[in-house]
Amino acid sequence: MAFIDYYKILGVNKTASESDIKKTYRKLARKYHPDLNPDDKEAERKFKEINEANEVLSNPENRKKYDKYGKDWEHGEAFEKAKAEQAQYEKRYQSQNYGKSESRGGYSDQDFSDYFEAMFGGGRGYSGQQTRMFKGQDFHAELHLDLEDVFVSQKQVLTVNGNKIRLTIPAGIENGQIIKIKGQGGPGVNGGPNGDLYIKIFIENHTGFRRDGIHLHTTVDLDLYTAILGGEITVDTFDGKVKLKVGPETANGTKVKLKGKGFPRYKKDHEYGDLFITYQIIIPENLTNREKALFEELQKMR
Amino acid sequence: MARQDLILIETICLHYKIEISFVDALHGIGLIEIETYENNKFIHQDKISDLEKVIRLHRDLNVNLEGIDVVFNLLRKEMALREEVNNLRNRLRLYEGG
Repeated sequence: MAFIDYYKILGVNKTASESDIKKTYRKLARKYHPDLNPDDKEAERKFKEINEANEVLSNPENRKKYDKYGKDWEHGEAFEKAKAEQAQYEKRYQSQNYGKSESRGGYSDQDFSDYFEAMFGGGRGYSGQQTRMFKGQDFHAELHLDLEDVFVSQKQVLTVNGNKIRLTIPAGIENGQIIKIKGQGGPGVNGGPNGDLYIKIFIENHTGFRRDGIHLHTTVDLDLYTAILGGEITVDTFDGKVKLKVGPETANGTKVKLKGKGFPRYKKDHEYGDLFITYQIIIPENLTNREKALFEELQKMR
Repeated sequence: MARQDLILIETICLHYKIEISFVDALHGIGLIEIETYENNKFIHQDKISDLEKVIRLHRDLNVNLEGIDVVFNLLRKEMALREEVNNLRNRLRLYEGG
């Protein structure tokens, strides 16, 4: 547990007036407020920090105590004294502020730093929820899947806060897409609706296919002779092998489209994109003298 | 009319300690949709998150309703841009994968 410099967090000096502190806090709050920075963990962390700093510095008694003992919290006696004072103060503070209603919901704000808790006691401050929540808290989760997993609709069972939630991940979901599961967040208060569960999907791709929405791309090696003379080859698609006819004199880098062999369209399981194959011609190596001679003969003919 | 997905405005006002006139003003400016059945006004439960956000921005940051409307518009735009960035990032993987 380290000393926290609340002045530094707010960017004010130690002689800053109450109104300076208030002004600076408000400015920073406008910048880092979680509602203005959705999905931004860094902003959320900063917002917690400035709230904690404001909690201490905007309150004359807290500030006095912090200035006096803050740095010396390690020195037992003075710190204990501060804690004892705090216990008394807390009683007063709570009775003074009873009934005050300020909304501080919408973000997880339960944790003030250990330093704050030790110095000023726990369970106070805005984390004491003066908020009047009605709708339950929204939960956010991440689900990591492989590309193969999202080729067909997947049934998954997730455990969120001890509750088992069955859900179907529709085939064709995109990396980074968010699924909302209604009513599976925290319970509502006094008959309010439950919060929702938001699941962000991360898709890892370890296959030889590259995905572009509903289309897939892959590269297939083609031996020189088949490329020149044509023939039949077997290629891997995402869900099995297919036989392909290769036309004679196929150039390196030629693209072939296999219709309907791509990825399913999200929530339209029966609609598939295309698979694009790029041929990469493999030049034979370690030629024998005989092979070399034949190539030279071919060369002379051109 | 008992529809579980609709919440009576009075219940909401009681909870958040807001005036009915405040909700009417939100409706007036187009921030919140209100549904009326049998002379009772309701908010759909799916819109409660938006309402809570409005209340927080109003109380925490002293943003007025016009300002909140601007914020909501910008947040919607930002959300659309983020989706586009995500799509572009996914497409970029197509080329980075070799």
